[in-house]
Amino acid sequence: MTDSSDISTDRRTSTPAKRIRTLGWLLRRIGGGVFVLWMVATVIFFALRLIPGDPIDAILGGPGSQASAEAVEKIRLDYGLDQNLIVQYFLAMAKLAVADFGTSYALKIPVAPYVLTQLWSTLVLTIAALLVAWIFALGLTLATSGRGRLARAVGSGLELVAAAVPHFWLASLLIIVLSNTLHWLPPISVAGPLGLVLPVLTLALPLTGFLGQVMRESLINAYEQPFVLSARARGESEWGVRLRHVLRHAALPGISLSGWAFGSLLSGAVVVETIFARPGLGRTLLSAVSIRDIPVVTAVALLSALTFILMTIATDVVDRIVDPRLTKVSEQ
Amino acid sequence: MTDTPLFSVRGLSVHFPRQASAGAGATFAPAVDSVSFEVHPGECLAIVGESGSGKSVTARSLLGLAPAGARVSFDELSLAGEALPPPGSRRWRTIRGASIGLILQDALVSLDPLRPVGREIDDVLRLHTGLSHSERHARVLELLEAVGIPEPELRARQRSGELSGGLRQRALVAAGIAAGPALIIADEPTTALDVTVQARVLDVLSALRDSGTAMILITHDLAVVSHVADRVAVMSGGRIVETGDTDALLHTPTTVATQQLLAAIPVDVPRGVALALPSEEIVTASRTASETNPVAYPRVAGVAESTRGLTPSALSLPPALELRAVSRRFPTRDGSAIQALDAVSLSLATGTTLGLVGQSGSGKTTIARIALGLESADSGEVLLDGHEWGSLNFRERRPRRHALGAIYQDALSSFDPRLTVERILGDALNAGASVTNRALTTTPELLEAVGLPLSIRNRRPLHLSGGQRQRVAIARALAPGPRTILCDEPVSSLDVSTQARVLNLLDELQRHLGLSYLFISHDLGVIRHMSDRVAVINEGRIVETGETAEIFTAPRDSYTRSLISALPRVRG
Amino acid sequence: MTEILAGRLTQPSGAPRGSRGWRRSASNLGVVFALVTLALIMVAALAPQLLTTGQPNDVAPGDAFQGPSPEHFFGTDESGRDVYTRVVFGAGNSLLIGVAATVVGLSLALLLGALGGLGNRLGDFVSTRIVEVMFALPGLLLALVFIAIAGPGVVTSTVAVGLSTAPGYARIIRSQLRSVRNAGYVEAATVLGHSRLRITLQHILPGALSPIFVLATLGVGQAIVWASSLGFLGLGVAPPAAEWGAMLSSGRTYIDVAWWLTVFPGLAIVATAASFTVLGRALNARTRQEVGK
Repeated sequence: MTDSSDISTDRRTSTPAKRIRTLGWLLRRIGGGVFVLWMVATVIFFALRLIPGDPIDAILGGPGSQASAEAVEKIRLDYGLDQNLIVQYFLAMAKLAVADFGTSYALKIPVAPYVLTQLWSTLVLTIAALLVAWIFALGLTLATSGRGRLARAVGSGLELVAAAVPHFWLASLLIIVLSNTLHWLPPISVAGPLGLVLPVLTLALPLTGFLGQVMRESLINAYEQPFVLSARARGESEWGVRLRHVLRHAALPGISLSGWAFGSLLSGAVVVETIFARPGLGRTLLSAVSIRDIPVVTAVALLSALTFILMTIATDVVDRIVDPRLTKVSEQ
Repeated sequence: MTDTPLFSVRGLSVHFPRQASAGAGATFAPAVDSVSFEVHPGECLAIVGESGSGKSVTARSLLGLAPAGARVSFDELSLAGEALPPPGSRRWRTIRGASIGLILQDALVSLDPLRPVGREIDDVLRLHTGLSHSERHARVLELLEAVGIPEPELRARQRSGELSGGLRQRALVAAGIAAGPALIIADEPTTALDVTVQARVLDVLSALRDSGTAMILITHDLAVVSHVADRVAVMSGGRIVETGDTDALLHTPTTVATQQLLAAIPVDVPRGVALALPSEEIVTASRTASETNPVAYPRVAGVAESTRGLTPSALSLPPALELRAVSRRFPTRDGSAIQALDAVSLSLATGTTLGLVGQSGSGKTTIARIALGLESADSGEVLLDGHEWGSLNFRERRPRRHALGAIYQDALSSFDPRLTVERILGDALNAGASVTNRALTTTPELLEAVGLPLSIRNRRPLHLSGGQRQRVAIARALAPGPRTILCDEPVSSLDVSTQARVLNLLDELQRHLGLSYLFISHDLGVIRHMSDRVAVINEGRIVETGETAEIFTAPRDSYTRSLISALPRVRG
Repeated sequence: MTEILAGRLTQPSGAPRGSRGWRRSASNLGVVFALVTLALIMVAALAPQLLTTGQPNDVAPGDAFQGPSPEHFFGTDESGRDVYTRVVFGAGNSLLIGVAATVVGLSLALLLGALGGLGNRLGDFVSTRIVEVMFALPGLLLALVFIAIAGPGVVTSTVAVGLSTAPGYARIIRSQLRSVRNAGYVEAATVLGHSRLRITLQHILPGALSPIFVLATLGVGQAIVWASSLGFLGLGVAPPAAEWGAMLSSGRTYIDVAWWLTVFPGLAIVATAASFTVLGRALNARTRQEVGK
């Protein structure tokens, strides 16, 4: 009872071919990522050297230091700062390629371990914020859509406001309300999960606004699709439709959005770490840029870029798993 | 077939009290008006009508799933003697899927594209049977096999987008019947399918009916009805205007609506005979008042009417369009390649219509694109009016573009959404090299030639009906004064009587202006009515060419024969 | 803003005009609110003296740390300056930076997006790589480095924010251009015999670029938030000029005793950004209606 037109599509769906294609795609993405990292390193290298002032000052601890001329010359030689810029560039790239991040100008300690500890702290914050934002956004969207205009307006309004709120203001508000007035939580970040709550909330709420808006739109779209009618016609309850069908469609754009959002979370982390006096990449970056600690800035920039790229690839992979239609779309 | 009806509807009416009017003249008539019918076990009742006649709203209302904002009222709605609950009641959850099943059009969007089809079917079993997980899995495989899907293990894990049209439609049927409902409502279940695949799905539905399930089949295709349905109800303007046994009704229709539906079927109407037009204007809830009913076409000034068939002078002219051994390959993502076209040769004689018929994926679109110069062939020649055409580059082609026009399947996306009709046509009139002896040189003349009122010029394509859009598309194609027009599925998305009018228009224009048409379609009936000669294409190869009558009465190629035999015809 | 983030926009649309579409806009009340708010902000930016009598830097040490009252709507700060007046005068800075940064970002994005959307494969490759690198660098890092190079101030804030927002716009512009390029009506125009130039000018560019208006509206709101972040970190307009972000930063120290120093400037930022967003989305919805989704 089968006809040839049914079989001819088999070629598209054969598993070995699909695996090869996916592997090739992954390799291309990784290659692209390496290229981007290299470009980031290049941009940082030249940008940092454009900052007015002599890098020596950062090493010496400030322009007013009392070092003798010979000491200065020695330092210049040690750090390779006497050579011509292009040569310095290639040396720096070579070192980075083997993950040698050098020594911090200001702190005189190896950069890599130092930055990695800071990174860990920031990662905890941002990943927690991303998860919280997802949960809130999904919850808010599911609870307030398809339930009548008032609920929808409230939900939309909340998301709108949340997305417009700057981190530092939100932090202050939360401190005022939750710390100073209600005394539920400590205003400065302390060790342990309790100290994480306010910073994570501060980062998560604006992102909830963004995610929520996107999810809401695709949720509304999904509800109008014929497959929802099919599901209802099968006797599926409203919640069944919501959870089994519509949810997935609503979450779809949120997945690719998360990759981008991670970048902005890293930026937001700078502000949040400053306000709550948390250790992390953000604060490190701030101080390093202001004193021209080039190795640290480079390391932070590259690590941020790397994290961002990895997150983007990860979200793309998740996207392709959830929505197989993407694996067949030809890239332009 | 017992005498007591399984399913009874009496006085069903559906209103949309807050209906936003799309354009001037939209009526506020009820979408469904006092509809009554009954269905017996083992019987198939077909509900036919034009789009907008209220068929789909009726179908959905029977399940308590009328669209949002609808107000539904009925005197009686009962299944197996028990009254069905009012819409919104929780009792529906035990009825839907278990006692009444629904099969929609186009499984690509009627099944959740993100979930494997096996899971969709499993849902029904989970909701309505007490089977365990593994029992359900086994049953899913059984159901897939029962509807004729091979390798059910593999297919159950795939999503609707990964299956071909026929397979996924059958999977949709499996989901509809999984819990063994006594009544199935099928809303245009085969409309999106190729004719051979359609035949198989119809077989599945017929088998269901034969095994005792009652069926309500909603369709606009009378030929399908004549093969599958026992009784027919004709809907027009939200009302049922005629009901009766299939054979009787199709042979001796008593209402205008039915007569019009029958008359609009092109397949048996000879070439050159206009498809019968309605003697009165049919107003349905969706038609706007400005949809005109062109009975008489204006004579185009200065052009002699060409006669049917090849004129002696035409015989000495080179073919309007010719493809010689054209081939084209597309590399695919996993390294291999698809041979889209394999040594295709076509010849369109001036002043005639060549019909190119094939199923989806057969290469018709590729031929159209190569003929229009939007793509290049890998090998072979393309000649326009006897001169080299295929090997020219963009710049070289421009001065000759006026000789070849095109009408596309999706009229809406072929128009810049920001432009009004006036600008679209004005734009087309100013395109490229102008031909001095054009018949139609201004927008009003173009609109008149295609039977559209002048008032339409300030509208945007979005706000026109499908038929109006296609007419604008024809007007645009005529603007540069072409001698040849390539028609790529020009009527596929139109409903039956609009299709008839557009086909009549194309015919008239051909006779008045002496045009040549390359008419591409998957619809054999339309091809038969419109073409002088026919070429049949399958998987990139032309399998047969010949005079229309020959091809349809004595096809030589086996593929052609299978196509023609799969075509449902109103049984005579 | 979410439309930008999601990397997609509506179909090509015509320029908004006429008033009929406004009535159909979903939350009309919200749009009215947004327009009123924005009108107020504009007045505050262009003619602050219409809304307040004092000057932003009028110091009055004896009046320090007073809560909101009829004389001082938003209270006073640590130097006795009227917070309300400072908020009103701060509108000018924020709006200026927000609009200018959006212009900068969009201009850069137009270049990159056009290169990627209209150019050949090489152009697309180059532009996509540039955009990727810009994306990978955290926005704040870019801003910090730029400001470190060029010193803090209005101009550098503007450029820094503009640079951070450019890649997002570029991605949208590129994808719009590409999708319009492949649209049915572009091919139809080719078949009719139009020249490439005419097709680009008449169909591709207008179609892909008309959403820019909407993008810009949505973007200004976000730019204002970013700019105030920079102000908060001390990298924007130099004190003691009234700038919302800077006010929030100094208010932080006194958060235990004077909550009004943080709440009101922040409210101003949120109200402005939210209003721009509402306006942008209403415009988006209206143009969608005109040409269909």
